[in-house]
Amino acid sequence: MLNIFVCVKQVPDTETKVIPNSDGTFIETSSIKWIMNPYDEFAVEQALLIKASNAGATVTVVRVGGSKDTEALRTALAMGADEAILVEAGDNLDSYMIAKAIKGAIDKSGKKPDLVFAGKQAIDDDCLQVPQLLAQMLDMPSVSVVVGFEMNGTKLNLKREIEGGSLEVYEVDGPVLVACNKGLNTPRYASLPGIMKAKKKPMAQHSLADVGVTDADRRVKYSGFTLPPEKPAGKKFEAMEEGQRAGVVKDVVGLLRNEAKVI
Amino acid sequence: MNFDYSTEQKEIKETTMKFAKDVMIPKASKYDHDATFPQDIIEKAWELGFVNTCIPAEFGGVGFCAVDSMIITESLAYGCMGMNTAIMANDLALLPIVIGGSDEQKKKFLTPFTEKPLIASFCLTEPGNGSDAAGLKTTVKDAGDHWVVNGEKMWITNAGFADLFVVYATLDPALKHKGICAIVIDPKESSGIEVGKPEEKMGHKCSDTRGVRFNNVKVPKENMLGGPGEGWKIAMKTLDHSRPMVASSAVGGAQCAYDYSAKYASERIQFGKPISSFQSIQFMVAEMAMKIEAARLLVTKAAWLVDNHQPNTQLASFAKAYAADACMQITTDAVQIYGGYGYSKEYPVEKLMRDAKLIQIYEGTSQIQRLVIAKEIFSRR
Amino acid sequence: MSKVLVLAEIQGDDVKSVAYEILGKLAGQSIDVAAIGSIPAAAAEKLAKHGAENIHSLKGDKLDHYTPEGWSNALKNFMSDKGYDYVFSGATATGKDLIPRLAGMFDAGMASEVVNFTFDGGTFAGTRPLFAGKCLAKVEIQGPKPHFVTVRPNALGMPTSENAKAGATNEASVDAGTIRAFVKEIVKGASEKLDLTEANVIVSGGRAMKNAENFKILNELADVIGATVGASRAAVDSGFAPHAMQVGQTGKTVSPSLYIACGISGAIQHLAGMRTSKVIVAINTDPDAPIFTKADYGIVGDLFEIVPLMTKEFKALLG
Repeated sequence: MLNIFVCVKQVPDTETKVIPNSDGTFIETSSIKWIMNPYDEFAVEQALLIKASNAGATVTVVRVGGSKDTEALRTALAMGADEAILVEAGDNLDSYMIAKAIKGAIDKSGKKPDLVFAGKQAIDDDCLQVPQLLAQMLDMPSVSVVVGFEMNGTKLNLKREIEGGSLEVYEVDGPVLVACNKGLNTPRYASLPGIMKAKKKPMAQHSLADVGVTDADRRVKYSGFTLPPEKPAGKKFEAMEEGQRAGVVKDVVGLLRNEAKVI
Repeated sequence: MNFDYSTEQKEIKETTMKFAKDVMIPKASKYDHDATFPQDIIEKAWELGFVNTCIPAEFGGVGFCAVDSMIITESLAYGCMGMNTAIMANDLALLPIVIGGSDEQKKKFLTPFTEKPLIASFCLTEPGNGSDAAGLKTTVKDAGDHWVVNGEKMWITNAGFADLFVVYATLDPALKHKGICAIVIDPKESSGIEVGKPEEKMGHKCSDTRGVRFNNVKVPKENMLGGPGEGWKIAMKTLDHSRPMVASSAVGGAQCAYDYSAKYASERIQFGKPISSFQSIQFMVAEMAMKIEAARLLVTKAAWLVDNHQPNTQLASFAKAYAADACMQITTDAVQIYGGYGYSKEYPVEKLMRDAKLIQIYEGTSQIQRLVIAKEIFSRR
Repeated sequence: MSKVLVLAEIQGDDVKSVAYEILGKLAGQSIDVAAIGSIPAAAAEKLAKHGAENIHSLKGDKLDHYTPEGWSNALKNFMSDKGYDYVFSGATATGKDLIPRLAGMFDAGMASEVVNFTFDGGTFAGTRPLFAGKCLAKVEIQGPKPHFVTVRPNALGMPTSENAKAGATNEASVDAGTIRAFVKEIVKGASEKLDLTEANVIVSGGRAMKNAENFKILNELADVIGATVGASRAAVDSGFAPHAMQVGQTGKTVSPSLYIACGISGAIQHLAGMRTSKVIVAINTDPDAPIFTKADYGIVGDLFEIVPLMTKEFKALLG
């Protein structure tokens, strides 16, 4: 029996136009389309690939967040995960609280995690903290930004992407948390029969208190959400005609050197 | 009263739209240009359960209601109206079996479609009989232990790839619609079927359209749906279900044109401002949004009536005529908003305009829909 | 005044420049610098010039190469009796992975990838982008100390004045503890250049590159100006470039001094990943491409004509 947990987060669609709310405490969330964090799709897919080749493996998806929309969990169930756990919470938890809540939810499930998957980062707060924090809390090693995964029995070979496209190849024997990057696999679509079957799959719900998280666990506070300052209009040069090109390029290179001073 | 999709329906929309955007749209222009049959797209769509949505659960289908099918069709047409035609034609061909077939026939003919990505063709229209479908000339003769079919069909979608034909033929043209029969023909087990060359079309270029000739084709007795002379009723019931579906494809195409237009209008700068700040453009885009919503509501109601076993002939025609006409107008306006770029094949909207035209024509022209509506109105007075 | 530890990363005979950027901004605090390995003498001298009071080279078994467990155990071991209020690091590939784990060991809070910060009365307050830079927010840390901060490379800029301190060098031996996930080998990537997230100059190609081979002309320009080559999502999705090269919301978020966008239309996801670049140059045939709204210098023209000319021009200027 292999117990696999996958952490998923629900984030605004990448095409969302982000607008700070009126008091600057967060962003306007009323008209946002929520999706599963794109990196989490690789995590779910990897868990499902392992499940497919390990009889008796179960995949449990865990999410901490609002209960109004549960797209991320339902998508994971429709893709093929076995069960889901929702820890109900607001949108503005910090990474420490989220990691602690997931740890609490895993403990509460009564299953000892053999493998934990997560996306390498959530594209909303872009903190890149939860996988490492959770691994530390679970007393597990973790490997992040993973683009290659091989499993032989309990032995894992993980490729982590570092600077310049180089790879660190990790070897791990036993439980580990894997934070997945794009390129690891090709996430499947939720099939329509999968969606219909997902209706009947169990989804546990806990409150933050149920999993032992209180306001005292807050470590990071945000305020003053603003849009980045708009740049003043730049200079535009026409160079579609052959006669214009050389002159324009010379001018722009000169400006980069003398006006912008970046070369 | 509730206008909300169910949670599952929202997810169906989500996953099919994702497929449309990530898998279909990137290939739509190339398939259109080359006029190649989208076999790979159909296979992928089939694996995800997007094809043959009309097959009931007891015969291996997923068990969708009509409203579910509309959602799926709208998304697939959003991805490409031509590819959707290839996919939707399967449903159109299988619906007569779902509607008029015996359990034995359903098991025999429908179940294989749930096991493999097979292709089916619906053969009603003939070279001389389009809108006047009841005047069809293809004949079916009783030859003792089998039927014999003779005649020519025209504009048959998927014909070049069909694993199954559902053919309408008459016992005697003088009997008019009372003589019409619906017959399932398996090309692998029949000889005398002559499939013509692919037609060169204005739009829906990737869908395969051909003439099909049946020359003394022997068909087993058990392949007739519902019995001799039952064909017309089956065809009409099929259209009650398929017309909302075709209407839904018009909504999908229109939504796609609208999305492109709204985005382009916000980005395109003229006179120092995005063109979306000009009323002439705003009015066009507002009109699009309004018509799409109205068309979608008509489609949903027409499908909802099917799901609730209520007559929907009139609503189906409302939906088909309104949505098709709206789609034509919206895609035309999309080209207008894009201006010169819209007319160029480098941009996606001219294809939408070409594709839209067919929806006003097939499955009953916009004019025939109005005749159906008028008949419904005046036959009750 | 706060007691601050800046974690540096050794690179050749120097440390990664983000350490100097951080030091410049920390003037007025009591600062130590530590790195795993031997900090080169030249680097130590520079660190002292920019405000380091103590410079610790941390050494021990199994620390030659980075592992999350080894390095975090070693640093916890080193820090345990030092009473730091804050720990800073660059948001590099290593920093991003190491610091959250280390923060977790102290049950402490962490602010990721700040692009600016202040130290009023010895208390940190940072600014960081969220939603891939589509908005900014103020970030503060509370709870058990030390508080951890990673800083995005190139965001603060190199210090313009010196703040010389003693810079006493020290070697400490540290314990890597138990390492369960260890690095078996390192596969070198094709690029010997700086990673996109650290690059000071980036040349990026979009869908208009048409194919992978055409990236050659971007590489030629990049070689002349010391740039790293990136790509838009459209180019990556079309198979012209690997995902490691992708700039944007589902790729890398970058803020170089100079970003040259070639044949990139400027979808919102792409703009989110590069809008904080100091100077943006856009080359595109479509005069209405959204990228021009973000460009300091826009060239309406064919990249296949413009880029080679630019390479030639820069060669003449720099060579």
